[in-house]
Amino acid sequence: MTFNVLVLACLLYVALLFGLAAWAEGRAAMGGTRILRAPLIYPLSLSIYCTAWTFYGAVGYAARSGLEFVTIYLGPTLVFIGWWVILRKLVRIGRVHRVTSIADLISSRFGKSNLLGVTVTLIAVTASTPYIALQLQSVTQSFAVFVSDTPQGWALPNGGATAAWVAGGLALFTILFGTRNLASNEQHHGIVTAIAFEAVVKLAALLAVGVFVVWGLGGGPSAVANKIANLDLASWRPDASRWTALIFVSAAAIITLPRMFHVMVVENIDSAHLARASWAFPAYLFLMSLFIMPIAVVGMERLPTANPDMLVLTLPLSEGQGALAMLAFLGGFSSATSMVIVETIALATMISNHIIMPAWLRLRPKAAMRSDLRAWVLGARRLSIIAVLGLGLEYFRQSGGSSNLAAMGLIAFVGMAQVLPAVLGGIFWRGATGTGAMLGMLAGIAVWAGLLFLPSFGAAIDPEGMGKDLFGPNWTWPAAFFGTAGMDPLVHAIFWSMLVNITLFILGSLLTFPGPVERVQGAAFVNVFDQDIAADRLGWVQGQAEPEALLAMAQRIIGDDAAISLFEEAARAQGKGGFLPDLTPDFLSSIERRMAGSVGAATAHAMISQLFGRAMVTVEDLMAVAHETVQILEYSTRLESQQAEVTRTARALREANEKLTAISVQKDAFLGQISHELRTPMTSIRAFSEILTEGDLPPEKVAEFGAVIHAEALRLTRLLDDLLDLSVLENGSVQLNIATANLGALIDRALAAASQTRPERSFDIQRTQSQEEIFLRTDEGRLVQVFINLISNARKYCDATSPTLRIAVRQKGAKVLVDFIDNGAGIPKDQQGIIFEKFARLSDTAAVGGAGLGLAICREVMASLGGTISYLPGQKGAAFRVSIPLRIGRAA
Amino acid sequence: MAGHILLIEDEPNIAEAIRFLLGRDGWQVTVLTTGQGAIAEIARLCPQLVILDLMLPVRSGLQILTDIRADPATQDLPVLMLTAKGQERDREAALAAGVSNFMTKPFDNKEMCAAVRTLMGGD
Repeated sequence: MTFNVLVLACLLYVALLFGLAAWAEGRAAMGGTRILRAPLIYPLSLSIYCTAWTFYGAVGYAARSGLEFVTIYLGPTLVFIGWWVILRKLVRIGRVHRVTSIADLISSRFGKSNLLGVTVTLIAVTASTPYIALQLQSVTQSFAVFVSDTPQGWALPNGGATAAWVAGGLALFTILFGTRNLASNEQHHGIVTAIAFEAVVKLAALLAVGVFVVWGLGGGPSAVANKIANLDLASWRPDASRWTALIFVSAAAIITLPRMFHVMVVENIDSAHLARASWAFPAYLFLMSLFIMPIAVVGMERLPTANPDMLVLTLPLSEGQGALAMLAFLGGFSSATSMVIVETIALATMISNHIIMPAWLRLRPKAAMRSDLRAWVLGARRLSIIAVLGLGLEYFRQSGGSSNLAAMGLIAFVGMAQVLPAVLGGIFWRGATGTGAMLGMLAGIAVWAGLLFLPSFGAAIDPEGMGKDLFGPNWTWPAAFFGTAGMDPLVHAIFWSMLVNITLFILGSLLTFPGPVERVQGAAFVNVFDQDIAADRLGWVQGQAEPEALLAMAQRIIGDDAAISLFEEAARAQGKGGFLPDLTPDFLSSIERRMAGSVGAATAHAMISQLFGRAMVTVEDLMAVAHETVQILEYSTRLESQQAEVTRTARALREANEKLTAISVQKDAFLGQISHELRTPMTSIRAFSEILTEGDLPPEKVAEFGAVIHAEALRLTRLLDDLLDLSVLENGSVQLNIATANLGALIDRALAAASQTRPERSFDIQRTQSQEEIFLRTDEGRLVQVFINLISNARKYCDATSPTLRIAVRQKGAKVLVDFIDNGAGIPKDQQGIIFEKFARLSDTAAVGGAGLGLAICREVMASLGGTISYLPGQKGAAFRVSIPLRIGRAA
Repeated sequence: MAGHILLIEDEPNIAEAIRFLLGRDGWQVTVLTTGQGAIAEIARLCPQLVILDLMLPVRSGLQILTDIRADPATQDLPVLMLTAKGQERDREAALAAGVSNFMTKPFDNKEMCAAVRTLMGGD
């Protein structure tokens, strides 16, 4: 068989796939998902788990390690049989939150952290690169085997070129069908259909080869069973630790491998499909593994020197079964291509969504708003596809083309398994945090890189090596780490990477506190089923909107009249009467805009969306709503406090105004009093001076009138002096001359000065001089002023026939009390309260000069001296008590 | 016979000045220094004019004026009000109470004499 025929067969096969994919896309574009709803499409698409590694490598694995290859099937089988526990929840979360990849799942769960998304993307790319390389290698190898017709196929001189052609072709196919459109749910009908078809091809091919081997070469089932039984049992003994580790890793792989997550979660269109896959997929795996042992045993017997990884191909070839060999080749080709296509799509989605787009949006935010994002995203997607395949090709070249397929597959499995704790923790444990997930994944991937990944470069993998000698004798294996020397290297790597990963994940989660978005997302993920029940009960999701319902909502939000006129206008614009227009997108968005003005854009969008069941309200929507609500609350709180402040200010203003009014009234009255007190002497002065200027008066009249003018002028001067004095005292700007003074001497001075008041009357003064021997620290002049005032008042107003003033002095603690008591009529009770006010001259006393400022001045003076002056009631005559501190400044 | 004028003024010097001025013009002036008993004195003396200080001890000039206007016997009696407060409010209150003329202290002697002549129905 020539190379050209093979290439032709390949091209025809690929053309068939193209046609199939195009047909399915066409059907899907017309709105039908019937193909995808076909019962077996979903389980068949899951068969991309069985890559070229399984197709070719399982036989090699069995030839090297006996039954251990079964572990690679057991893990996924267990996961699918127990689908209710993990897969059901994963698929549900994927659908509810529109998860586009495993990186998106983790990023979204842990608070939309793009850093986590980038990390998972990088892990996935790193772990998948060897895996993709493995597929390229197996296709290249199978080409070579076919063409040279020898078992030592990897000696093909232009193997690298073949791999490059294969990679290029796969890139083309993936770009054509993987990035044709940009569905938000990342579903690709054409590709799913094509890989389902390929699943059938590879199963049919492997079964055909198996049947040929068992019945054509091996002499029937019982003969083959005998051969198997006769093999050396020592190499078949299951190693418990390896089995456990491998089952765990393959179980993890079915969940975390990017392509598995993609077909299982992202491409899932109906959760019922998962239930069917729970038995169909294990059944598929069972059929795929059915003939592995017979092929391996018969192959080793017939072709003992051949590469066991290629036995599926070399056995039919060596027996001259060209057509069967071609079928086997196409089966392997299918396994490799379907894996590469889906893996590449999954990785490209992650790379463009978590690395390229965020970076681009950050670099050119303005352009991003203007230009068509879709074209850009598709471009990013296509670039990512080429990059992923380029990486795989480069790895294939650098790694030197190891022939041990199983080893390369396992490296990828363990690498992706590092994501598992974050996934499971994320969907089952609300306490899991992004920090914990980050720490766990980074530590796990570091251990993985050190123990498995980096050593896989440089042809370290022995082509003839068995699984247990995975890394060859010449490699310095850091197995002595952590005192686990002697442990199987693969188990060692799995054990330590997962231990470090899980420990740091749990510790990190316990020690850090998640942010609000992360908490909300955590709850939404862990309780994804509860939310569904709640949503169903409220009838949100299904809600088909009626215009009335929208009107009712709009009325509540933008007000009755505004809503009704808005609806009426819209109805008229549509050429309808009434208030209920058709719910066109234009109308809906105008309503939404109006409502946004009242309740905020996010809330308005969420409300309309709810009413129309157009989309589930996402957590971002809710967060935006919450944010708006908080802002509105803050705003209203601010308004309230402003309101309160305005009220306070108004009250303060009113009080100030009242005070001002009162002051104004007082000032008015005071000015009236001043005016009266000034005008009164002025009246006499003016009248008499006019009389005098007229002349022709007898001299005694001139003298008399002149005396009146003089007295009134003095009165005016005194009044002005008093006013100025009072003003100074009231301002508190009075200057005190503090000195030590003898009280008796001060009273003497006051009596002498006051004797000028009504000197014509004889006035009896009663004193006890001995009591007055008190020394004070005070302003003597001011104190004497007070005394003079009191004595003068007594002289002026005491109406007794033989007027007497008693001056009594008493020391009481740090105070000195001086009482001035006369024997007059005293001051009526109702006036006692006002005598210290300005101009409070008692109205029934005869005018004897004085403006009524005396006592007001006395009160101010005593206040500035630290003492008091008060009226003493019940003393028969007028009685005043002056209280003076012994030392000014000390508390009196 | 010369007209009789009752002057109610608590400032003795002012009362003396007015008495001198009006006496020189030929009027007979009786002086009261408080508002107390003013109504009784008016009834007793039957003056042709009352000159009333606004601010008086015991009874203010405004109260006395109100009493004068309340009595039918004296409701047409001319009253000249004097005040030293000089505020517009007082003038309005006095006019409202039915005062015949109103003068602010200090006054011009000639104006005082002219106002009295007018109120006495003179030439």
